[in-house]
Amino acid sequence: MVHVNSPFLYVVTAVMIVFVIAQSAFFLARAVKRARQLGIARTTVRKTISSSALFTVAPAIAILLGVITLSKMLGLPWPWLRLSVLGALTYELPAATTTANALGLTTGETVANATDFTAIAWVMTLGIIPGIVLVFFRLRSIEKGVDKLAGKDERWRKIFMDSLFLGMISAFIGLLFADIRKGLAGYIPIVVALISAALMGVCGLLIKRCKWAWLEQYALPISMLGAMAASIPVTAWMS
Amino acid sequence: MRKFQDYRDSVHFYGRIWTAAAILMLLLAPAAICVRYNAWPAASAVLKGLLGVAPIFWTTGIIEVLTYAPMLGTGGTYLGFVTGNLSALKVPCALNAMSGAKVEADSEEGEVVSTIAIATSSIVTTVIIAIGVLLLNRLTPVLENPVLDPAFDNILPALFGALGVVYIAKNPKIAAAPMLFMAALFLLVPGLSGAVGVLVPVGALIAIGVSRVLYKKGVI
Repeated sequence: MVHVNSPFLYVVTAVMIVFVIAQSAFFLARAVKRARQLGIARTTVRKTISSSALFTVAPAIAILLGVITLSKMLGLPWPWLRLSVLGALTYELPAATTTANALGLTTGETVANATDFTAIAWVMTLGIIPGIVLVFFRLRSIEKGVDKLAGKDERWRKIFMDSLFLGMISAFIGLLFADIRKGLAGYIPIVVALISAALMGVCGLLIKRCKWAWLEQYALPISMLGAMAASIPVTAWMS
Repeated sequence: MRKFQDYRDSVHFYGRIWTAAAILMLLLAPAAICVRYNAWPAASAVLKGLLGVAPIFWTTGIIEVLTYAPMLGTGGTYLGFVTGNLSALKVPCALNAMSGAKVEADSEEGEVVSTIAIATSSIVTTVIIAIGVLLLNRLTPVLENPVLDPAFDNILPALFGALGVVYIAKNPKIAAAPMLFMAALFLLVPGLSGAVGVLVPVGALIAIGVSRVLYKKGVI
């Protein structure tokens, strides 16, 4: 028998959370120090921090919703741990439900048997670990490989990096078209993306025409939050 | 002042220590629960669960490292792969920060700005989740209000619409081929939406291939 919200599980989670914050603070402090040595303006560093924080709010709330979703089955502390370290809901939810199904459990119910709980916990952990293991063993050689692939031509290196970004963006833009066979409602993601792009365009105009340079770092989070808000009436209208 | 390579070497040194500790702690967490409840699962039960998720998620995990490491830089990669949520949070956050600070991704300035962005994002995410969990009773009715559902369902379109327009406007000639390919692919095979992570490097390879040809021909 396991109590999915037991103090012990909260302690295990708290240790991991403190570790993640400590690692982030360590890297942040070193990077800020290096930024100073490189002569990057303090205002740039400050704006990077504040715009990154603002940008993170909406996705972080979505992750919190993931914790709430999983908590019905696994309690609060374990999903909290999994989604704060390494995890993503797109992985954790299938991992938990697949194992629950394999164990013959009903996915909507809270796991009460300790062995079932630990089986799910191990699958959620082991299923996501190869990425970080690869980073530990091979990051240096991956970097060398990319360096070799990009070559020494500075102009080509810049195009190479832009192409890499565009490759990633194209996959997620393509994803917008996945539901359009479902009728008008399937076009909602495209409309939301277009609203977001239009808001970004307006921000660009304000930056250029009105010389609102401060907006540069905040244009993406503002456009994203604006489009998310707009998606509420858009969905009501198109569904 | 130290050279870029010396700085990167020191990031590797500390990054590997933190990553090793993270891997150890990740494994210790379920082990501690097993010990506490004296409940070690049967290997067959874990294997059954893993068989359902490992083929796709181990592949995606490896592909993510190969694709995102050059974008995130050394420090950003060590940190991002511990804190997770890369595609929808850490990578766009780093791109936005580098674009806002007007630094190139493979420069030392880009490395530093990306690390600052990812570290900030990791701390803010952890704090928001912690506050959310602590105030869960008060927040759940708000967060689970059906009125807000569309907003959270549309995070990715809202994010990639804005991010996309910036990069497409900067490089329309490179963007065209991978965009058209991906749009056609998802139109023809909508079921692939669950495997978007695997398609990221496909998009990247198409973009790199096209841009190489255009570069050689002097078009870009």
